[in-house]
Amino acid sequence: MTTRMISGKTVQVNEEGFLLSPDEWTKEIAIEIAKEEGIPELTPAHWKVIEWCRQNATNGRSPTLRQITAGTGISTKEMFALFPKGPAKKVAHIAGLGKPEGCV
Amino acid sequence: MAEETRKMAFICSKGTLDMAYPALVMGWAALGNGIDVTIFFTFWGMDIIRKSRQDHLEIAPVGNTSMKMSMMGIHADNAGIPNAISVLPGMTALATKLMKDKMQALGVPPVSEYLQMLVDGGAKLYACKLSVDMMGLKKEDFVDGVIDIVTAADFIDMTEGAQIIFI
Repeated sequence: MTTRMISGKTVQVNEEGFLLSPDEWTKEIAIEIAKEEGIPELTPAHWKVIEWCRQNATNGRSPTLRQITAGTGISTKEMFALFPKGPAKKVAHIAGLGKPEGCV
Repeated sequence: MAEETRKMAFICSKGTLDMAYPALVMGWAALGNGIDVTIFFTFWGMDIIRKSRQDHLEIAPVGNTSMKMSMMGIHADNAGIPNAISVLPGMTALATKLMKDKMQALGVPPVSEYLQMLVDGGAKLYACKLSVDMMGLKKEDFVDGVIDIVTAADFIDMTEGAQIIFI
C-alpha cells in the first residue's frame, strides 16, 4: 500500500495504482487516470459507464464487462472502443474501484 | 508507450461442450487484460464455430472417469457413472443438460453468445484448411466472426511471438 498525489489530492493506492478507497475518488482524479490509461478525453459515454460502475460496485470492486454491457446497454464492441485494451479493468481504475472479480 | 502488446493464441481441437469453454474463458480473460487474442479451430474444434453445431455441443458420460454420480445429484462419494448405464439412450443428452444448467446458473453464456463477445472484443478467429477440406465445409458454414480459412503454416506465421495454448 502506498499513497500518491493525483490532481492535487493525496490518495491511497495499491501496487497496480488502483485506489483503495472509492470515497477518495473525484472526477478530477478520473480525468487524470484516464489520461494515464491512454484516454485523452472522457466523453459523456465514458462518464455513463464510470458512474454506472460506481453505483453498481460490490465491496469496492467494479462490475465485470458482461455486467456492464448488460446493465448499461452499451455493447461489448463499444466498450472496447471507449476503453481499449481491457475495458472493465480500465473503467475500474478510472472509477476509483477495485478490479472486477469473475470470469464472465 | 513502445511496450509491445502481449499475444495469446489458442488452438481448439475438441468439439465437446466441456472442451469448448477453456478457450472462451481464457480468451475473454486475455482480452480483458489488453492481450491480443487469436483462435485457430481445427478438427472437431470447428464445431465451436459452425453455425449448425455451436449451440448443440454435448458431453458424453460414457468413458468419462471424472464424471461422478454425485454430479447427477446422487450422493455416492467417488462412485462413477457405470458405463453400462452411460450407454443408455438419453444419457449424453442428460449429462449435457446438467452441465448447461449449471453453467447458466453461474451466468456463463452459451457458446454462440460467448464466442460473439470474444469477436466483439477483437479476438481473431480462423478455421483450419485441412480440416475444412476433409469435412467438406465452406466458409458460409461458419459464424461471421471467422476471418478466414488458413493453413497451419499461415497460423504459425501469424502467431509469431504469441503464447500458444493447445486445447
